[in-house]
Amino acid sequence: MSLSPVEGVALAEIESSGDPAAPERAGVVGRSPGQLAWIRLRRDRTAMVSGAMLIFFLLLALAAPLVEMAYGIGPRQQFQHLLDGFGMPLGYAGGVTGEHWFGLEPGLGRDIFIRLIYGLRTSLFIAFAAALITATIGIVLGTLAGYLGGWLDAVINWITDLTLAMPFLVIALALTPTLVLRFYGEREQVSSAFGVGVLIGVFAIFGWTSTARLVRGQVIALREREFVEAARASGAGLGHMLFRQLLPNIWAPILVSFSLAVPQFITSEAALSFIGVGLSDETPSFGRMIYDSLDYLQTDPAYVFFPGITIFALVFAFNLFGDALRDALDPKSSR
Amino acid sequence: MARFLIKRIFSATLTLFAVSVLTFLMFFALPRDPVTGMCPKNCNPERLERVREELGLRDPLISQYAGYMKGIVTGRDLGSAQGGRCDAPCLGWSYVTNEAVSDTIGRVLPVTLSIVIPAAVLWLLLGVGLGMISALRRGTWLDRLAIGFSLTGASLQLYFVGAVLLLVFVYNLRLLPVPSYTPLFENPLKWASGLVLAWVSLAFLFSAIYARLSRAQMLETLSEDFVRTARAKGLAKPKVYGRHALRAAITPVVTIAGLDVGGALGGTVITETTFGIQGLGRTAVDAVRSGDLPTIMATVLIAAVFVVLANVLVDLLYAAIDPRVRLR
Repeated sequence: MSLSPVEGVALAEIESSGDPAAPERAGVVGRSPGQLAWIRLRRDRTAMVSGAMLIFFLLLALAAPLVEMAYGIGPRQQFQHLLDGFGMPLGYAGGVTGEHWFGLEPGLGRDIFIRLIYGLRTSLFIAFAAALITATIGIVLGTLAGYLGGWLDAVINWITDLTLAMPFLVIALALTPTLVLRFYGEREQVSSAFGVGVLIGVFAIFGWTSTARLVRGQVIALREREFVEAARASGAGLGHMLFRQLLPNIWAPILVSFSLAVPQFITSEAALSFIGVGLSDETPSFGRMIYDSLDYLQTDPAYVFFPGITIFALVFAFNLFGDALRDALDPKSSR
Repeated sequence: MARFLIKRIFSATLTLFAVSVLTFLMFFALPRDPVTGMCPKNCNPERLERVREELGLRDPLISQYAGYMKGIVTGRDLGSAQGGRCDAPCLGWSYVTNEAVSDTIGRVLPVTLSIVIPAAVLWLLLGVGLGMISALRRGTWLDRLAIGFSLTGASLQLYFVGAVLLLVFVYNLRLLPVPSYTPLFENPLKWASGLVLAWVSLAFLFSAIYARLSRAQMLETLSEDFVRTARAKGLAKPKVYGRHALRAAITPVVTIAGLDVGGALGGTVITETTFGIQGLGRTAVDAVRSGDLPTIMATVLIAAVFVVLANVLVDLLYAAIDPRVRLR
């Protein structure tokens, strides 16, 4: 699976938003473009609903230990006595009861609800960290390539092409165990922080291309504008040009691509776990749960559904919000 | 145009070269001993030594790389344990599967092609069609339905959709056989029924992006002067929308399609794993798991070739669609 949805957004952005910070007539009151965007966002019902959903998910993830305390069951606790002789949960829908809201895992008999809460925490942390790092790399490379042009542009473009040409899943699959072996012995228990770090690193290597392309396109469009020329003529240095003149003008598409990159990384983490790299069983994560659950597709479908629906709801909320954000930041966008 | 093409092909070759070097380094220079994976059972030190010798692992990396590359271009002689003479696109010998890697690839590549090509046709038709319809019927329930469909598709996971489809159509309703691959020319009906779930789930997930993109592009194009002029001079709606507007709106769709199809041809790892079909992607995953270096190398290279080729093709298509590109 490539990271192409962000790519698509990137292109749509380049094509459609010539001038994201266009001055607007707002009656007597003067409002900054940011304020205007905020007002538009407030008026958008989809944005408010999906935003509320996201905040809810974020709070759940942050407060996972509190949820555990209130719920009274830990993510590693096993309830073998609630399973039948074949390791299948007793009762209906995978053992859903008032005590175990989403039922139990077949085999080990762990509670699915609390594992999902902790999985949310892992997935969101990885996704946000990866999105931040890739956005930073993409912005730096994109502005440099777009503004300076010439051979640097050619080199950065070529590296982007090269990164895109590498099959992400296969390389990640091959790279992760080798990296783990480099730092841990054959039989040593790998710490979960290290596993998370490796995943973020792999995403950082492969995920920056779409932001870089987007930023480069935007910077090229801005490069020839008068205000940039004026700043250059007054002798502004490279740093000033990039960070004070160019970046403030393109933060809108960057923000949108960031908000759409986060769900992308959530799915990528799940996809990696699905093919068997990613995190160990010790660290609960969405992908890991779905991967484990597929063996029980026929015998315990509820086990497949709960993680699948949760991850769908999360990604759906992110996508809705990202779309609404784009509409709010870009008054010309057509919806 | 010719100059542009030559430049493009040159940079494509350079990219492929870099991919091959990087992959080679990644697997040979990293700490894990490449031999351990190639000697699956009853491994004694002597056998390990022999494998090392046969693979030329004692030679410096550069000459190993040169040998590999020479094998691809002209073929080369491998040791008798590796099947002797290895003909032109020689990708080495796998100790895990005990066959020439090119034979493995020749077997699994048609599988991936059979999954990706029909799926791509389906998702392009579905995506661009939905995008067009919702742009032309903007604001109606049809538009909202299409947007909802595309947002849902963009948020779903292939393995989840696949699992649900499998559960419903194969295990519960028993309408379809368990997904498997039958060569097209052997039995077209079996070929289709074994792969249709993979096509449908890929198409559903991928078409979402195309629907959104082509809708946005179409809306922008429809507000342009030339569309109004065409309508004003009395050209029929289908002709204006289908020929003039679509052509102008489709360029970004072509870019994304090139990237997606190129990437997918290199192996649809998740799809193949979900449906248990042995294509290029699953072969790569299996190779990584068993440490089967020559096969990993070959699958990565082939995937890269598809992506790079798709990029070149997209550039050519651009020139065909947009006359302004040709003049540059």
